[in-house]
Amino acid sequence: MICRWLLVICHPLLTTHYSLTMKYINEFRDPQKTKALIQKIEQIGTQIYAGKPIKIMEVCGGHTHAIFKYGLEDLLPKTIELVHGPGCPVCIMPKGKLDDAIALSQQPHVIFATFGDAMRVPGSKYSLMEAKANGADIRMVYSPLDALQIAKQNPDKEVVFFAIGFETTAPSTALTVLQAQSDRVENFSLFCNHVLVVPALEALLANPDLANPDLQLDGFVAPGHVSTVIGTEPYRVIAERYHKPVVVSGFEPLDILQSIWMVLKQLAAGRCEVENQYTRLVRPAGNVVALDAMQRVFEVRQEFEWRGLGDIALSGLKMRAEYARFDTEAKFILPNRQVPDRKACQCGEILKGVLKPWQCKVFGTACTPEHPIGACMVSSEGACAAYYKYGRLSMPTPQKIPPTPLRKGG
Amino acid sequence: MCLGIPGQIVEITDIKNKLATVDISGVKRQVNITCIVDDSHPVETCVGDWVLVHVGFAMQRLDPDEAAETLRLLDELAEFQAAM
Repeated sequence: MICRWLLVICHPLLTTHYSLTMKYINEFRDPQKTKALIQKIEQIGTQIYAGKPIKIMEVCGGHTHAIFKYGLEDLLPKTIELVHGPGCPVCIMPKGKLDDAIALSQQPHVIFATFGDAMRVPGSKYSLMEAKANGADIRMVYSPLDALQIAKQNPDKEVVFFAIGFETTAPSTALTVLQAQSDRVENFSLFCNHVLVVPALEALLANPDLANPDLQLDGFVAPGHVSTVIGTEPYRVIAERYHKPVVVSGFEPLDILQSIWMVLKQLAAGRCEVENQYTRLVRPAGNVVALDAMQRVFEVRQEFEWRGLGDIALSGLKMRAEYARFDTEAKFILPNRQVPDRKACQCGEILKGVLKPWQCKVFGTACTPEHPIGACMVSSEGACAAYYKYGRLSMPTPQKIPPTPLRKGG
Repeated sequence: MCLGIPGQIVEITDIKNKLATVDISGVKRQVNITCIVDDSHPVETCVGDWVLVHVGFAMQRLDPDEAAETLRLLDELAEFQAAM
């Protein structure tokens, strides 16, 4: 029922059906305004182009998906290149963590609850989906509160919720733990694998692979929904220490294009600041209630392993000791093995923006959404799945555009 | 993963547990509104508010004035570009 609800809301065909009534969405898909923004982007792109495309990373997988869904790459001039970042929680999950999740789901007294996104991600042997087919009691839920409800309905079972996601999702699982505490539910725990955006961006900017001038990023379109929680302040380090413009962006086509235009305007003016395009939902200080819930339940891990990026200091969350009775890691002994990715899979390079999906040897041949080898092909927010779904099986070599002399205005 | 959808609160269903019904294009679902209530904006006053819904929680209140301002700016831009 819950999944059906999600399907109704998210299905693109049905969104078209509901198009007349989707307030705060339709207005931000207006073709006239899109055209005007593209013209502005073209003008300013030509103005600041210096022989190689201006590389802007959209960090969030939601942005990646929207960019492909609306064909924004085709609308943008060749002076601009979008680089798809590591903001897909499913894609950055190392295989060893999936193996832990699968091992938990196979415990006889466990009901393992997860968001649907994680179901098809391959572990070292198989996925949660295959574990379910083999008899493990795995339930797909829409909300962590649904997992808590399952725990209340099954007092003789231990319900483990696979808590993945960035700061957008972490407050919801923290609040669910606080609810479990207040309702005195003892058979519920979180397998906490939440990750943090800003430490990952810092790791990316410090990565030696990106020292190559051809791969250097010029600016960031930052994740709007993470920012509803954390606000705009935490990105200041990216602007100040790494001298990259950052614009927090919404998810509709006009939001993304306006944000790209704002990044370009900063580059043209030689500014590196944190700006907010998504003012209708993002406040500078974020959401105090959500941050407080996270602060009460979680603490920052010394380090957390990211697929492709390796161990990143202070980039993940774990449960505080006071909440050990809701902490899967305290309640169970996990295999906790490090499993390398298959050699053919180049998800790591794709997550860093070093390779495009179509440059991976197995893309679209051995690795497809039906039979994914790497996680970037699983999630609809993964760059590989987006390229595959929207028919970007190969791309022509971009044409070189002759540099034009700098001129004022535009 | 960070998918969020704007919806409008149409009814408070449980004041103590801060639960409300949110309407998203005619589809209604119960949502936890803990993150958007505080002393200056108690549960009882939330009906009519537009919120961003994510995994069963209202994560932030949508500011209609800011939405209108963004669109006004883009309108001006479109008019300016059309006139050129």
